Amino acid sequence: MWHNLATLLRYRGLIRSLVARELKARYRGSVLGFFWSFINPLLLLSIYTFVFTAILPNRDPNTTPYSLFMFCGLLPWTWFSSSLNEAAGSLISGANLIRKVLFPAEVLPIVAVLANMVHFFLGLLILTAFFVWHQYTPDWLDLVWFPLVVAIQLIFTTGLALALSALTVHFRDIRDLLANLLTFWFFATPIIYPYYGEGVEQWKWLFNLNPFFHLSVSYQEVLFFRGSFIEGHLKLLLLFGVLSVGVFLAGYWVFDRLRDSFAEVA
Amino acid sequence: MSSPAIALSHVSKMYRRYSGRQFATLKSALLQRSLLRDLRPDEVFLALDDVSFTVAKGQTLGVIGRNGSGKSTALKLVAGITKPTSGTVQVQGRISALIELGAGFHPEISGRENVYINGIMLGLSRREIERRFDEIVEFAELEDFIDAPVKTYSSGMYMRLGFAVAIHVDPDVLLVDEVLAVGDEAFTHKCLDKFSEFKRRNKTILLVTHSLGLVERFCDEALWLDRGRNRGQGDPTRIIGAYMTDVERQEERLLAETDARTKEAVGAPPTATNDDGPVDAGEAAADMTRAAEGRWGSGGVEITGVTLVGSHGTPTQIFHTGESITIRLSVNAPTPVTDFVFGVGIFNAEGVFVYGTNTDIEEYEPDELSGEAEVAFIVDSLDLVEGTYKLDVAVHRRDGAAYDYHRLLYTFRVKSRVKDVGIYRPKHRWEFSPSVKLRPRP
Repeated sequence: MWHNLATLLRYRGLIRSLVARELKARYRGSVLGFFWSFINPLLLLSIYTFVFTAILPNRDPNTTPYSLFMFCGLLPWTWFSSSLNEAAGSLISGANLIRKVLFPAEVLPIVAVLANMVHFFLGLLILTAFFVWHQYTPDWLDLVWFPLVVAIQLIFTTGLALALSALTVHFRDIRDLLANLLTFWFFATPIIYPYYGEGVEQWKWLFNLNPFFHLSVSYQEVLFFRGSFIEGHLKLLLLFGVLSVGVFLAGYWVFDRLRDSFAEVA
Repeated sequence: MSSPAIALSHVSKMYRRYSGRQFATLKSALLQRSLLRDLRPDEVFLALDDVSFTVAKGQTLGVIGRNGSGKSTALKLVAGITKPTSGTVQVQGRISALIELGAGFHPEISGRENVYINGIMLGLSRREIERRFDEIVEFAELEDFIDAPVKTYSSGMYMRLGFAVAIHVDPDVLLVDEVLAVGDEAFTHKCLDKFSEFKRRNKTILLVTHSLGLVERFCDEALWLDRGRNRGQGDPTRIIGAYMTDVERQEERLLAETDARTKEAVGAPPTATNDDGPVDAGEAAADMTRAAEGRWGSGGVEITGVTLVGSHGTPTQIFHTGESITIRLSVNAPTPVTDFVFGVGIFNAEGVFVYGTNTDIEEYEPDELSGEAEVAFIVDSLDLVEGTYKLDVAVHRRDGAAYDYHRLLYTFRVKSRVKDVGIYRPKHRWEFSPSVKLRPRP
């Protein structure tokens, strides 16, 4: 396993090319092409802005402007959920490669995660534009923690993606199960509602068990809420960071164990 | 001798057949608490069974064998795509496997980008691809289309590009799995030239193919796999000969089985009670393309057995062009008859009436036939081209009314080393004036 993990570094070039291909191929043939990577989050943000200003006006002054608050949690969630959705099917759709070419299979789920990370970064540009538009200034000091949150999410997501992709080869049900699980997970995480609400405080211990809780709260504190992140969720995030390394290793272990079956079953 | 480029030692490959789990789902696995048990196979299938062989550096080995004999599995093991269940596989140097051409192509992006990504997948660096790019495109003959998305390519173009990339990886060991059938004639020649160039440069080639001629012409050695076992490795001509003999034996068994089934389906011999044979033999033969196997007749004379005998005097259903064939009929006339004709007709697989004759046409006057008798129709030299042929045999009256007519119930196959075409091969030879420079291929 450690040996395989080390060879993964050798495939940097391959992973980079495949991520680039994924991004290029996705919008090939559409009129607006690459701009969809911007337009998608922009449209999403407009819809939420409309809903939460015109239909369900927000009354909590702490989460105003509401669309901005929500977008801080929604963008990373989109990265997370589309990564898992795509990674789960990645070995099956790449079966041709695995069966016919000497190809490092772990590259496929990793590419799914990284391609969606690029979309996440493009979405951040839209988020920045909205910060400017709302003339909302974040805590500049907190922003230094932003790369850490992203790194932890990357490690955590990759670990899950590896395990899911390997298991989906044997149990195709996982793909359908996953779609529903992710919907539930989305509402179980404080993304469209703030984490300090009454309902959340009551069940705090349960929320603490939700891995994405720590990520979404960290994003919101770093990007949106006032107050120092060091005083806030940082400690729990670091704890979760250690845990996510464990998740990554466990995910890779599952993948490695099932590796030899891919060429036969996928 | 230096260490071999490819060495397989006691390699077995077991494929698991998850027969029970074909449609099983996670849900049912959990419900039946059989998740762990189901991850274990119900049935195993030995694709390779204790196979050992080596290929010396610079040699070309042709792997032959029937479908499902483990050829492709062996190739995948050498390529490292799958791992052996037991035994060891050792390969020295960079491998390129021409197993599935263009396997990694993405349809939406251009040929150019696909060349780069495919090259990287096959282990080239970006710089190496840049250096070889023009050569690759030229080899694939796609200069005008290289910037078009691959989904617009014809399947031939797709394969050519895949082949071009794979071959330009410049491997030390090249694995080829039946991919020469991809292009037109000219491209196939180009591929063969490329292989020859590899051979000259002392590269090792492992070639899996059903084209025995290619193995004979092109390979230093042949390996015959049969149901996962190594049946022999060595001089291509010898191994191919052994393989062909085995295939013929198998075919013969198959033909015999088919004939037995047909006869069974046609049913019991006609009985003596129904009097007149319904069909005239000559007329029926003219409409062969629509004719089906059958048996009819009044039963006054019964054909109780038909045996085909080859030049060695033993019953067989496989003959070689130019050998003798004897069609032996056992007949039985319970009550003596005075009006009888024996006839034979040969048809090819397309239903073309190749040859037909009978004792009446050849001016034999019948006097009497009674009780058990044997009739032999002997062809000293079977001058037919390779193919499958079917036989009509009959005993009928001179007016054509059948006693016992067997329509297409017997099959035999003609084999030939020469792949000439048509139906009939007349005895022939070529003569050339001295200015024509020709010599037989060795």
